[in-house]
Amino acid sequence: MIASLSIILICQLIGEVIVRGLRLPLPGPVIGLALLFALMILRDRYTALARGPLRDNAVEGTAKGMLAHLSLLFVPAGVGVVQNLDLLAQRGVAIALVLAASVVVTLLVTAGTFLIISRLMVRRRQSP
Amino acid sequence: MTDNPFSLWVYLSQTPLLWLTVTLAVYALADAVSLATHRNPLMNPVLHSIWVIGVFLYLTGTSYTTYFGGAQFVHFLLGPATVGLAVPLYENRKLVAAAILPMLAALLVGSATAIVSVMVFAEAAGLPRDIVLALAPKSVTAGVAMGISEMLGANPAITVIATVLTGVMGAIVVTPTMNRLGITDFRARGFAAGLASHGIGTARAFQVDEVAGVFAGIAMGLNALVTSLLVPLAATLLLR
Repeated sequence: MIASLSIILICQLIGEVIVRGLRLPLPGPVIGLALLFALMILRDRYTALARGPLRDNAVEGTAKGMLAHLSLLFVPAGVGVVQNLDLLAQRGVAIALVLAASVVVTLLVTAGTFLIISRLMVRRRQSP
Repeated sequence: MTDNPFSLWVYLSQTPLLWLTVTLAVYALADAVSLATHRNPLMNPVLHSIWVIGVFLYLTGTSYTTYFGGAQFVHFLLGPATVGLAVPLYENRKLVAAAILPMLAALLVGSATAIVSVMVFAEAAGLPRDIVLALAPKSVTAGVAMGISEMLGANPAITVIATVLTGVMGAIVVTPTMNRLGITDFRARGFAAGLASHGIGTARAFQVDEVAGVFAGIAMGLNALVTSLLVPLAATLLLR
């Protein structure tokens, strides 16, 4: 587990270095995600890489253990928000309504676009 | 030291141990309630942990800085957990590769909708310019949203509040909305949840279905990039 966690942290660390170095508008861990993904693909291709945490589903198990409690990880930042709610003062209700309306519209448009394109692709594949 | 209960409290309330324990225990309870109600969206464990701990801090007069001294150990794991999203992505890579086109289309259209809708609604509600700008990046993960907000000269503290509210609201409404509309494709449902409400939406998606979680994670990562390119553009086009 320690080796698995190390490899995850190394990916994140390299991700942070790349993001800061190139001033990318992305969180470092997203680059780290891409690195870990590439590492797992490479491991399948070159068996020499399949050792330590990259063997026997070790890194897989550690990552899934953390993802099973992903919700927990947002609690500390969320509590900070509760303490700052006075910033919204008189306009809190309007802001909450605006955000609620926008999130519903965004969900519908995103899912809708995804479905339309994927159905078009299926139809094209079926027609000769 | 322990002959006076107050001095014991003074000691404990300054240690990371107490606040780490409070964070984990309150969440464990909220998660148990969520499980017992079959993951009812209204029993969202993030939402209920946040307000319970918030009330507890208020009643004990504890500052957020003191609280965060303990809670930071949990907060830190956000980064490694994001890297860990590579694992379900890897395990479902064939499913993902087959959906590249629908994902790209939904990413561009959805990202633009997230930004434009909130700005148009906020203008219509008569909110001042600086708040409209602060709300614009609310669909991406807090760290990136703050950066965008700062770049535009808006108040990043308001942006953080907006991102957390958006995350929690999205996590609550996504399942009932999709069910009512009869959308059963978990790829589309998850992608929408991650795009509209970043990590909190992604956490919700993983509770519902692993495929939904994978697509939510991808949407969250890609939307961070697209939103940071689109918000400055939208700000100049919409707010002249």
